[in-house]
Amino acid sequence: MRRSALTTALTFTLPLWAFLALLLFPFYWMLVTAVRPNKELYNLSLNQLWTMHPTWQHFQKLLFATHFRPWLGNTMVIAVGATTVALSCSVLAAYALQRLRFRGSGVLGVAIFLSYLVPPVILFIPLARIINELGLWDRPAALILTYPTFLIPFATWLLMGYFRSIPAELEDCARIDGATRLQVLRHITLPLALPGILSALIFSFTLSWNEYLYALVFLSSTESKTIPVGLATELITGDVFQWGPLMAGALLGSVPVALIYSFFVEHYVAGLTGALKE
Amino acid sequence: MAGIEVTAPARATRPADLIGRILENRHALGVLMVTPALLILAIFLAYPFGLGVWLGFTNATIGQAGHFVGLGNFRYLLGDSVFRLVVLNTTLYAAAAVVCKLLLGLLLALLVNREFRGKRIVRAIMLLPWIVPTSLSALVFYWIYDPTFSVITWTLRRIGLAHGFINYLGDPNLARASLIAANIWRGIPFFAIGLLAGLQTVSTTLYEAAEIDGAGPWQKFWFVTWPLLLPLTVVVTVFSTIMTVGDFQLIWIITRGGPANATHLFGTLAYQRAIQGGFIGEGAAISAFVLPVLVAAVLVSFHYLRRE
Repeated sequence: MRRSALTTALTFTLPLWAFLALLLFPFYWMLVTAVRPNKELYNLSLNQLWTMHPTWQHFQKLLFATHFRPWLGNTMVIAVGATTVALSCSVLAAYALQRLRFRGSGVLGVAIFLSYLVPPVILFIPLARIINELGLWDRPAALILTYPTFLIPFATWLLMGYFRSIPAELEDCARIDGATRLQVLRHITLPLALPGILSALIFSFTLSWNEYLYALVFLSSTESKTIPVGLATELITGDVFQWGPLMAGALLGSVPVALIYSFFVEHYVAGLTGALKE
Repeated sequence: MAGIEVTAPARATRPADLIGRILENRHALGVLMVTPALLILAIFLAYPFGLGVWLGFTNATIGQAGHFVGLGNFRYLLGDSVFRLVVLNTTLYAAAAVVCKLLLGLLLALLVNREFRGKRIVRAIMLLPWIVPTSLSALVFYWIYDPTFSVITWTLRRIGLAHGFINYLGDPNLARASLIAANIWRGIPFFAIGLLAGLQTVSTTLYEAAEIDGAGPWQKFWFVTWPLLLPLTVVVTVFSTIMTVGDFQLIWIITRGGPANATHLFGTLAYQRAIQGGFIGEGAAISAFVLPVLVAAVLVSFHYLRRE
């Protein structure tokens, strides 16, 4: 009995705690740095792992002496915009590909899956030229229109899986009762696919909120940047780092996605694993 | 007879005009509904994809369209010592990071696949590194790797394992290892949650049967779990390989490719040459080197999709 308790500790409890410590330490470090006054922050004789006299000074500096607030607004507008565009397109496309089975739908489905594999590193240079020619440089629209290129393939693939799980008989009944195809979609299929749509929504919002490369390339002026790009460019100036405000910003920039995630964790995990298994 | 009488008046309520008829035609409505998605993917994905390949064969610069130079950029790059270093860096970075993520992710998936108190909360928080913005966690790693105030150095000095300071990002190999560690940290949850989904589909009766045949834990894993998990493992690994080879933000925020180009990957070098340096053609050619990885990944995933 004692031996098996020891075995469990060594093969299960200990490794699990080690993983959790490893995965969570950077967040802990973000938090204790964000509230640590400068004279504690840069004094190696003090205990570095704990903050003795927590302070809000870095948050104040971040919110009132940098462009953090406009960045927050930009990030929100872009994430909401890109998610709206991507989801409207994806719901229609997924329904058409999965349910209507029109001529060519099989090939299109595969093409959309393949486009999911194209990494942004291959696209950002030619896209920069296209964005410039369309007159979208340094505008939120540049990102609202380009983020759907990685959101639509993912969301469409995910939603096709959800539509597949809804019995076709329900739609057939409504058709027999005289509903048009669009009425079937609106009143039967969409309400039943709501969990899938929610998964796609959360995922798209998070991916848009977190995006870095396109935001770095297509937005140039300080006040039009997003949080992921703005923090690193404005608060790292030459050799002078402002670690307090930087960590405060990293914390505040992570909170919205972490909050959404914590409310909808089941949908999020279902979305991620659903897309992998389909 | 009765059936016809029920459906006939109902059908009459559907619109009979031209638009109504188009919306009732499976093929016409289907094409109409995929059009918005296809338009966006055509303009902002397919077209730039083709344009990027074309630009790789030109000497375009910022503000100048440039003209066709054949394999000029590729020939130049293959003779460029920085580019050759980037090929080496990318191979090392992707191989080391993907292998470690796979092993650690599998281990974590096996751990949380058990029944224990707090299972749900552990499964929820283990995904955090993957969902928060990578650029922001990259900033935390930048701070953790600070040459003077690094918490790792401070701890090592406290427990007597180190005496001086460690310049994590100043030494080429140390910088590579530091970035690989950050990438692994971010990628473990993706593997863990993907493989966990696979583990949950393995029927417990298979394990019971194996136990009756006298299989130990290791044999149960090797002969039952692993073969069933393999297809999903391949899919997750393919995705992760593409993302790791195409990594940009971790590198760009923490080292910008330094010291002495030791951590440059295709993406960061392409950005530096094309966007900062203005050599669009050359940058596009560098990006194009990610294509063989992509094609290989597509072939592998097709192979497995067909087998499914």
